[in-house]
Amino acid sequence: MSKFDPGLRDEIIAAIPNLRAFAISLSGSVDRADDLVQETLLRAFGNISSFRPGTNLPAWLFTILRNLFRSEYRKRRREVPDSDGAFAATLTTNPDQNTHLDFEDFRMALDKLPPDQREALVLVGASGFSYEEAADICQCAVGTIKSRVNRARRRLGELLAIEDIGDFGPDKTTRAVVVAGERV
Amino acid sequence: MSLGGSMSGKEKMNQEQSGGASASAESLTGEHMSEASGSTLGSDIQAKIGQHLRAMYDDVVRQGVPDRFLDLLAKLDQPKAGDGPDGEGGRS
Repeated sequence: MSKFDPGLRDEIIAAIPNLRAFAISLSGSVDRADDLVQETLLRAFGNISSFRPGTNLPAWLFTILRNLFRSEYRKRRREVPDSDGAFAATLTTNPDQNTHLDFEDFRMALDKLPPDQREALVLVGASGFSYEEAADICQCAVGTIKSRVNRARRRLGELLAIEDIGDFGPDKTTRAVVVAGERV
Repeated sequence: MSLGGSMSGKEKMNQEQSGGASASAESLTGEHMSEASGSTLGSDIQAKIGQHLRAMYDDVVRQGVPDRFLDLLAKLDQPKAGDGPDGEGGRS
């Protein structure tokens, strides 16, 4: 006899792939992401009675994971971020062989975003949450989420536009200088 | 903050859940993309950003559920002595 509502259990399992993808985007490391997901599952089952059936289960799980990450992040703030390209490390297929370099550029640009902006962009642009759901998960106003997403898109656009210029213009050093200038 | 720290975040979670309802009214009037699709950025670059973001994300999603999580859930779901605290224990 199962301790948990089997339907709820299945829903939680179904959410795991998305939780992992979100966790990787937050933490920048597959190992840390999987630890975050594991801790999230433990919390979720430990607090399952606080979940109200009929409400948004994925958003509830994402909220737990994000809060766990936040509390851990505060502790680790001084550590050098793991920038070994977590997404690239997980890549099993290249979506388009011809745009491999584009893809690398994108991943690096994404890493440069402030965490607030990156998480907002991922929640809305990849996880498929509405602005309202993302605001719930990040515990901020809807307007704040919109603003973070817009700033993230603008910043990525700037970074990728510079990369595009690099394709037919300045050499790598010049590009690096341009990018460095952008960051000031 | 509350959820990360301890198990005492139940009320907080419920608050957050209910917060969404009031926010949704704004979405009906707000233009989601009004700023993002502004004139400063090429729409091709914005499209590329969306594609790359989803490609990265979906690549992880396609990996499915790693065994370690299925094992974990199986363990959590196993009623056995010592599971007591959550009230459903006691079976052995």
